[in-house]
Amino acid sequence: MIAEIGHFCLVLALLVAAVQTILPALGAHWREPRLMAMAEPAALTQLALLALAFLALMHAYVTSDFSVANTWENSHTLKPMLYKISGVWGNHEGSMLLWVLILALFGAAVAQFGRNLPASLKANVLAVQASIAFGFLLFIVATSNPFARLDPAPLEGRGLNPILQDPALAFHPPFLYAGYVGFSMAFSFAVAALIEGRIDSAWARWVRPWTLAAWMCLTIGIAMGSWWAYYELGWGGWWFWDPVENASFMPWLAGTALLHSAVVMEKREALKIWTILLAILTFSLSLMGTFLVRSGILSSVHAFAVDPKRGVFILGLLFIYIGGALSLYSLRAGQLRQGGIFSPISREGSLVLNNILLATATGTVLVGTLYPLALEALTGAKISVGAPYFNMTFGPLMVPLLLAVPFGPLLAWKRGDLAAAMERLLAAIAAATVAAALALAFFIRGPWLAPLGIALGVWVIAGTLCELAFRVKFLRAPWSEVYRRLANLPRASYGGTLAHAGLGLMVLGIVGTTAWQSEKILTLRPGEHVDIAGYSLEFKGTLPSQGPNYSEISGVLAVSRQGRPVTELTPSKRLYETPRQSTTEAGIHVSWRGDLYTVLGDGQADGSYAIRLYFNPLVRFIWLGAILMFLGGGLSLSDRRLRVGAPRRAPTAVPAE
Amino acid sequence: MHHWHKGLCLVVALALASLVFAGFGPAVAIEPDEILQDAALESRARQISADLRCLVCQNQSIDDSSASLAKDLRVLVRQRLSEGDSDADVRAFVVARYGEFVLLRPPLSLRTILLWATPFLLLAFIAQAILRKLNAAKRETGGVAGLTADEQKRLDTILKRDA
Amino acid sequence: MQDEAPARRMSTQAATGSRPTELAARSAVEPAVGPAAASARTAGLLPLMIFAAIAGLFAFALMRPGDPSKIPSALIGRAAPPLTLAALEGVIEKGQPVPGLTPADVARGSPVIVNFWASWCIPCVDEHPVLVALKARTGATIYGINHKDQSANARRFLARYGNPFAAIGTDGNGRAAIDWGVYGMPETFIVDGAGIIVFKHVGPLTPHIVETAILPALEKAKRQR
Repeated sequence: MIAEIGHFCLVLALLVAAVQTILPALGAHWREPRLMAMAEPAALTQLALLALAFLALMHAYVTSDFSVANTWENSHTLKPMLYKISGVWGNHEGSMLLWVLILALFGAAVAQFGRNLPASLKANVLAVQASIAFGFLLFIVATSNPFARLDPAPLEGRGLNPILQDPALAFHPPFLYAGYVGFSMAFSFAVAALIEGRIDSAWARWVRPWTLAAWMCLTIGIAMGSWWAYYELGWGGWWFWDPVENASFMPWLAGTALLHSAVVMEKREALKIWTILLAILTFSLSLMGTFLVRSGILSSVHAFAVDPKRGVFILGLLFIYIGGALSLYSLRAGQLRQGGIFSPISREGSLVLNNILLATATGTVLVGTLYPLALEALTGAKISVGAPYFNMTFGPLMVPLLLAVPFGPLLAWKRGDLAAAMERLLAAIAAATVAAALALAFFIRGPWLAPLGIALGVWVIAGTLCELAFRVKFLRAPWSEVYRRLANLPRASYGGTLAHAGLGLMVLGIVGTTAWQSEKILTLRPGEHVDIAGYSLEFKGTLPSQGPNYSEISGVLAVSRQGRPVTELTPSKRLYETPRQSTTEAGIHVSWRGDLYTVLGDGQADGSYAIRLYFNPLVRFIWLGAILMFLGGGLSLSDRRLRVGAPRRAPTAVPAE
Repeated sequence: MHHWHKGLCLVVALALASLVFAGFGPAVAIEPDEILQDAALESRARQISADLRCLVCQNQSIDDSSASLAKDLRVLVRQRLSEGDSDADVRAFVVARYGEFVLLRPPLSLRTILLWATPFLLLAFIAQAILRKLNAAKRETGGVAGLTADEQKRLDTILKRDA
Repeated sequence: MQDEAPARRMSTQAATGSRPTELAARSAVEPAVGPAAASARTAGLLPLMIFAAIAGLFAFALMRPGDPSKIPSALIGRAAPPLTLAALEGVIEKGQPVPGLTPADVARGSPVIVNFWASWCIPCVDEHPVLVALKARTGATIYGINHKDQSANARRFLARYGNPFAAIGTDGNGRAAIDWGVYGMPETFIVDGAGIIVFKHVGPLTPHIVETAILPALEKAKRQR
């Protein structure tokens, strides 16, 4: 019964989306306030209906109702409750339902909080948003109904892939989708602006909070996925340039560019056409990612179950939304006028550089991902484009970007002074030089460019802090004034500082772990010792144990350092019952220097065990950096000036310096 | 504007990152008994393995995969290196049997020239497109760089008043 | 170009809306003229054209026949790698032990079929009757290469499903499979009388594949001699 209610809510939501697409858009066209006003109750109703549908599916999972086919395929009575719940979005149908739920959530948020939006813009935004919801609801109802029944109902479910039964992965998809789908706001605003022919700095201010919120979610979503891969896949890899990863990374890159170009548009009325295009492209890349993951046209480790019919349907949706938006763009873009002008050496100039490099990086990832397909289409030849290609092309593009990060905020709008900025960054230059020298001294045998990479990370962090110090007149004014300035600094500027520092940390983590990882792969008998990266490990043997839906064998490794015991690690292998599949659980000891990462391999004939040991220097900084970026975004979002619905400040009130 | 970033950074960048990021993957699948005694040979084997695609698992290198074919290929790579093959010989040996599809880093050829040129072409094209737009804005506004028409008017008023 | 209505609508909106009119007016849609506008229009079309190309690519990818994970063999048209493989002990056919494989077994003037199989390979169970039927029907020479298998299991497999193979080589360490560019079980090759690989099929043979691909390829290989 509850499943039927869920299905009914889905169909109702489809109808509401149709109404919400047509009436407000007509209202905006005819300038009819009552029709425009329909958008708000419709958006809220749609959210309520989809929330009900989602809860209905969750109910089926929580109560292990295997008469619902989706539950039977992906759940099991013995699964822990957390994974029963996360199982809802661990499959194609459920994840699409979550996708449209988040879409409705953003739409309802605009309806609820976008009070200061002009009525026609708001009506158009909500209409565009609802049109996307309509397409994807139609897709769900037509090809991917999560509420299909089984008769007779099986007694037991088939279970969730055990590799997915993990806390980080349980919450990875909701954040990822919130990111993907959140960019639909920027898209809807861009399309609405093109429909209205009205684009100004206010547009950028309305769009920024939504984009920022989506960007934060995507950042943390990708970071969770990478963290999960790091400890679950059993060899400490954290990024593989797999097509599905690229599909999530491209909207992130484009979204990052959008956040920066929207600043230029808001403050300086410049880059308007480009910003609109970026807003469309960012969400288009999200949609394309949805297609790539669910159509199965690219082979990937992470793809969903493949059904060509679904691929055709989603491709049709891409045609309508991306094709439609870009057609509108091509009609209107030539008619929009550019705003303020500036010298190359200026705040705007640095943000333009940011955009050029991020857009190039996005395009490079896109081409690398699709090139094998294109080559096959044109010549029939099959080639692979793998991680080595992306590392060789993406890395170099990031270097000038990282070099430029500290300069940006130190340059004035319109016309900056590079020499003065350089002077303010002297401390950062010194810090980077010292870091490179230290790295060289400690790791004389490592790759010779790694110290430069470390210098780059330190440069970004120190440069960002220099900028903060300069703003609060650190060491140049009495402490009381420094404190006062610290307190008065807008949160958005702390947000930027935090996010940039996070980027620097991430660079340190990436360089440290790729350049200086040490590894030992060997067989150990109980009682035997091994040394790695200053640690001494004793293999004490193995212990069998029983989990809720798996059996487990753990290796016990006593870790000591300079004779003092540090910890005991228990890397393990699990065998799950349904589906019958085994996983490895790494034993990890975390320290500031890096992670000691241990994996238990197979037992050998002579009673020894294969054991893999890694020391991954600085690897935590990768995710710590992502968390800082997330927090920085949150801090900016909480800034009064960025908050939707807050009173606007005078357009001239650009923060000094 | 065309020169201020490219000249400065690009050369450094290319040199820097290609080495920092190139090919140091850790390995999951490699078994203790596969590892060569000779550290130099082993490290060459690792580099080669990281660039060879595991055909049964899709999008993983043989260095990362625990598939049985990946293991066989890892053993083969080490065996050939031990017999004195160069890195290029080993790659050619595998390519002769499995085709260029196994190379995760596609070699530069007529087929892949566009792929490898992509970053450069995109950089040039996007930079050119954005800068042209900005120049167009400059021409439209026509005023002194940095001042909007409005500000120019205000400035004129002030100057007149002072005169 | 576009009429001026949006611009007018915009300025009324700006008054009721949120921005000072003068700011909004600066960025309003204005009819653009001259060659600059024409080039702007083409520039505006570019993203749409790129998208169209990508969408076309996606459509191709959805329509393309076959399994995208299958890769073509690099060995078609090349000499078959030499085979020196020990026999699978204890397989007796018509009172004679079935021999192993030597390089002389290919390039004997008539085409041969080379089949990689294993008893642990589940699709091989489906495939095996097709091979047996093929042998019975055409009398073609079929060599089996038993890949990474336990001899006892392999013998039991043949005893149960029949032995279509004129010779069986054991590939205990998987080197023969690598030499032949094999990446999955089962795979089937056709080698012509001159020892050139002319055909390869990845995955289990079915009666349909035999009819539409194996027999024609075999015929063609025969005619060339």
